[in-house]
Amino acid sequence: MKIIVILKQVPDSETKIKVKGDGSGIETDGIKYVISPYDEYAVEEALKLKEKAGGDSTVTVVSAGPDRTVESIRTALAMGADAAVHVNDPALEGADSLGVARALAKAIQDNGFDIIFAGKQGIDQDNSQVPSAVAELLDIPQVNIIAKFEITEDKSKATVSRRIEGGEETIETSLPALFGCEKGLNEPRYASLPGIMKAKKKPVKTVDLAGLGLDAGEVGAAGSHVKILKWIPLPERQAGKILQGMETAEASKELVRLLREEAKVI
Amino acid sequence: MPTATEAGLSDTQRQVVELAREFARERIEPFAAEWDRTSHFPRDVIDEMGKLGFFGMTTPEEYDGMGLDTVTYLLALEEVAAADAAIAVSMGIHNAIPTTMLVKHGTTEQRERWLKPMARGELLAGFALSEAEAGSDAASLAAQATKEKQGWVLNGAKAWATNAGTADLMMIMARTDQTGARRGAKGISTFIVPTDSPGYTACKPEDKMGLRASNTAAIELSDCRLPADALLGDGGMGFVYAMEGLDAGRLGIGAQGVGIARRALEHCIRYTAERRQFEKPLHDFQAVQFKLADMATRIEAARALAHRAAVRKDAGENVGMHASMAKLFASETAMWVTTQAIQLFGGYGYMRDFPVEKLFRDAKVTEIYEGTSEIQRLVIARALR
Repeated sequence: MKIIVILKQVPDSETKIKVKGDGSGIETDGIKYVISPYDEYAVEEALKLKEKAGGDSTVTVVSAGPDRTVESIRTALAMGADAAVHVNDPALEGADSLGVARALAKAIQDNGFDIIFAGKQGIDQDNSQVPSAVAELLDIPQVNIIAKFEITEDKSKATVSRRIEGGEETIETSLPALFGCEKGLNEPRYASLPGIMKAKKKPVKTVDLAGLGLDAGEVGAAGSHVKILKWIPLPERQAGKILQGMETAEASKELVRLLREEAKVI
Repeated sequence: MPTATEAGLSDTQRQVVELAREFARERIEPFAAEWDRTSHFPRDVIDEMGKLGFFGMTTPEEYDGMGLDTVTYLLALEEVAAADAAIAVSMGIHNAIPTTMLVKHGTTEQRERWLKPMARGELLAGFALSEAEAGSDAASLAAQATKEKQGWVLNGAKAWATNAGTADLMMIMARTDQTGARRGAKGISTFIVPTDSPGYTACKPEDKMGLRASNTAAIELSDCRLPADALLGDGGMGFVYAMEGLDAGRLGIGAQGVGIARRALEHCIRYTAERRQFEKPLHDFQAVQFKLADMATRIEAARALAHRAAVRKDAGENVGMHASMAKLFASETAMWVTTQAIQLFGGYGYMRDFPVEKLFRDAKVTEIYEGTSEIQRLVIARALR
């Protein structure tokens, strides 16, 4: 089976994000980048499927991003993926979700695929658009936010579950299909030391948009349908209010009034 | 924040250190206080680390190890020590002493049987040199090995052996010279002793001040019969092998001391920013700032000293003196920094509910084991003559 994982590199969730003074973006100095956590579930599910499917199954990581993305690709290879395709083109900086999806879909098509795993969303911008768009462009079914995955013996169908309000939704789909992975689907393994050593020798193919036969004017920032006008930092948290010198009954009344009229939470 | 980073690391080395940091943060640190309280040795975590490759870091690849350089190993060990020094000591001893001994002096069969599974993390190995009456004066040890037709018979007792009750095999130092013809350090040999050998008994674990999650116990050897190939290398060379192993071991203690000290500083940086007295955060007081600056500087210096010695070691130099310097400086740094940390935390620092108290207790032994600070100074002074 040709198993594909779509992977995005994002700032570590522990990184303190600072918005640039002119609001044109975020300060990238000192940011530590990691595999988007939901994509780690995708890598793990792909590796589990490979182990189960056996034979000549391979896991190929496909990722779009600048040079630094290779570090995260190597981590996925160290976890056990076999090969990677790195779409690296400066024109993709500022591309919208559709542009990125077009680039990824083409790279996946060129590589060949039987099944695709992705994170349900990237934890940086939380758009949750790329996986669905890739599936649409490849004209295959997609199920997002899956918490369980099973495949039939003949690998023609998959049964997956989604958590929904008050229950679980079970969906059966034909393959090939794309799945967006949710927390709880599995426990991503650590990249072992032997894995790190082996990852050095695994092939990472780098392609740009021209190499994929795509027009940077259409797929890249120039053709983006979405423009981010301004980045605004979160407002500083206000100091709390303490009600002092009041009787309990009076203080409670005042507290309810403040929660209702000022905080507007009740 | 002075985390363990090193300029000039390759991507591979960086990934190894990142993995160690991630594993330590997720699988060790959250449980360290509980293991400390209950003196629980988490063999499952040790095994998991072994499977990931942390117990064969510097073992050559031909023996199923990672063949990594010593600096990378020390950086990984520092991460583990920062999470729990009690786990670091198992990793440090296994990687340094038994591994070095087998790599340098093992026969093909011994390496096949012991070194390879050790590097794969399937067997945990320890080392027993000290005895109740032979501490710093290690060459005066009395455990006796006697040659018989079938192999060897060991009798005697070892003291304070890390993992005596939890390792799969121990490298045990015993005399092979005879009563009436004692040869001092030259009468000592090294034996590979599986801990399930008849006549090997690990005593009740010691009730220690720190490193409480680590198993430390005396060993009783009572007609402990071993096959002929239990002898490592040449008879009478055991003390030399032990000293070689200790050179590597002392670099590990250096990294352990740095890890303990670094974690204490990290706690202090956070605490002095949050804690307010006299209407300002503690870190606005110059007396506090100076303390933090000194802590950070000593930690950097300790790490640099250990890494410098590691580079020399990998270049094939004799690092006896440098390993002693690294161990001496890092262990005294760990003790000093954790003492300052308790002072900065004040009353809270004295409480078990806060983490610096454990770091203080864990730090102390780094000035004692694998050669006391006094022995390190002796080694250094002798090398200066």
